[in-house]
Amino acid sequence: MIEASALTKLYGDSRVVDRVSLTLDQPGVTAIIGPNGAGKSTLLSMIARLLPIDKGRAFIDGLDVTRTKGSELARRIAVLKQENGLLARLTVRDLIGFGRFPHSRGRLTAADRAKVDEAISFLDLTPLSDRFLDELSGGQRQRAFVAMVLAQDTPAILLDEPLNNLDIRHAVAMMRLVRKAADDLGKIIVVVLHDINFASCYADRIIAMQEGRIVVDGPAAAVVTEETVEAVFGLPVMVREIEGQRTCLFRR
Amino acid sequence: MSDRHILSLGCLGLVLLFVASLFIGAGDLSFRTIANGEMDGEALRLLLVSRLPRTVAAMLAGASLAVAGLLMQMLSSNRFVEPSTIGTTEAAGLGMVVVTLLAPGALIFVKALVAAGFAIAGTAVFLILIRRLRLKSGLLVPLVGLVLAGIIQAAAHFVAYRADLLQSLGAWSSGDFSMVLQGRYELLWIGAMLGSVALIAADRFTLAGLGRDVSVNLGLAYERVVALGLVIVSAIAAVTVATIGSIPFVGLVVPNLVTMTMGDNGRRIVPFVALWGAILVLGCDVLGRLLRYPYEIPVSVIMGVAGSALFLMLLARRRTAHG
Ligand SMILES: Nc1ncnc2c1ncn2[C@@H]1O[C@H](COP(=O)(O)OP(=O)(O)OP(=O)(O)O)[C@@H](O)[C@H]1O
Ligand SMILES: [Mg+2]
Repeated sequence: MIEASALTKLYGDSRVVDRVSLTLDQPGVTAIIGPNGAGKSTLLSMIARLLPIDKGRAFIDGLDVTRTKGSELARRIAVLKQENGLLARLTVRDLIGFGRFPHSRGRLTAADRAKVDEAISFLDLTPLSDRFLDELSGGQRQRAFVAMVLAQDTPAILLDEPLNNLDIRHAVAMMRLVRKAADDLGKIIVVVLHDINFASCYADRIIAMQEGRIVVDGPAAAVVTEETVEAVFGLPVMVREIEGQRTCLFRR
Repeated sequence: MSDRHILSLGCLGLVLLFVASLFIGAGDLSFRTIANGEMDGEALRLLLVSRLPRTVAAMLAGASLAVAGLLMQMLSSNRFVEPSTIGTTEAAGLGMVVVTLLAPGALIFVKALVAAGFAIAGTAVFLILIRRLRLKSGLLVPLVGLVLAGIIQAAAHFVAYRADLLQSLGAWSSGDFSMVLQGRYELLWIGAMLGSVALIAADRFTLAGLGRDVSVNLGLAYERVVALGLVIVSAIAAVTVATIGSIPFVGLVVPNLVTMTMGDNGRRIVPFVALWGAILVLGCDVLGRLLRYPYEIPVSVIMGVAGSALFLMLLARRRTAHG
């Protein structure tokens, strides 16, 4: 369970995240949308203890993220940032193996290895598993990092723009995987998405942010309307139902 | 070839170098004398008091400096840094100058301890700087390091000049094994032992190399791992400076060569980094004794030439191969 109350982040005088409160207690997929600079990444980073919180509090399973041991939290929440892996000449398999670090502290058991294999095949990485990360394309590397987070096997997962660099086939595959993890494994998943159609088709709930605040929060069908999307992004759009998929298209 | 094969071949090479090193030098000691059992007291003394310590010192220094370089690269998530290009070694030198000025008669162990303290401070300044400036990759990180190293070096020169210690500072800042004698190099064992901590904590250092965010996400006590690495790197730099003087490039060239071919997984590569480091430094020392026989060229000079050539080559390969 994820709970944030009045989370605030200040850079100088500007409040990039402004008293955001949020509760996620049901398994499911929640999409966060909003324009560049709205504070989506900052919010996720604070919840995942990657950034210090200036005001307010965040809890994972009732544990205050600023007071709980990192290793304790790492078994409850996993986060993938927009950019990853600085010094990363690791093989895909080694990287995903590190996803088990919170459980194994470095000594992989047979069960750990099984999880690693599962994550590898889930993300279609089997043929690449012995390649070095710096020898992969951007999208392949992105999938490897998602696989690492998946292997971490936590009840809550935060993904910041996981569709970055992915082609349409792998983007759809990623969203199906996200859906499946929520439905079959009961995970609470938060994804930051820029493509409203992916949010509309795969998310249960959509949260829209603007200038550090949550401006809309509701079931996907209620959020993806012409008025709301126009208000959030300041751009005229069309929303149509196409073969049962609610679809949003910009106006030329 | 499997890792194990390469490792055993490397060890064989090191043993051969080791034997060669025992019998090369200005003093009169040849393999034949020993083989014929004609070893007199003089020769035995030369072997035990000078050649053996010298050889062991070169191996220990090479292995630990290479591992220190690897650690530094993991801690700063940048491939182009090593203790002697970011201020660690220079700070250790400054520490030696200061302690020699204040307590000339102190034990070498005490001096090395003070040097390690200075080295820790210098390295911490570097790490804080690159984090504050949000320098993540590219060549800016080593450049900041070079500037910092230059400033510390200048401070050391200033103090040494005032205190009439320039000659000593020269000895600390250019490595040379010719003065190694039994009883004067044993500190290097401490460096090597600290280096082996890198093997024990290899997973943690590898994770740290992936950056703070990935580390924290996986529950690694990132700051603590960085602090541990910082102490290890600084102590290795300090004992090297205190006993033989600094040796450039080992910490840069060896880890880069190894990671290029074998990747960044510490658990796999630390033994190789240590082994190649020992081979490179001992090899350069032997070469230094042969080139102008019976005179010697200090190892730091040989390494400066060989290392910079190797490094330029690596830089070119890395650029083309991995963007
Ligand atoms: N270190 C920083 N110092 C100052 N301002 C910052 C810093 N990091 C982020 N910001 C500002 O905070 C705001 C929110 O940034 P954030 O990365 O959370 O946006 P985002 O919603 O994730 O945007 P995007 O869609 O582009 O990823 C932006 O205006 C950004 O310029
Ligand atoms: Mg963002």
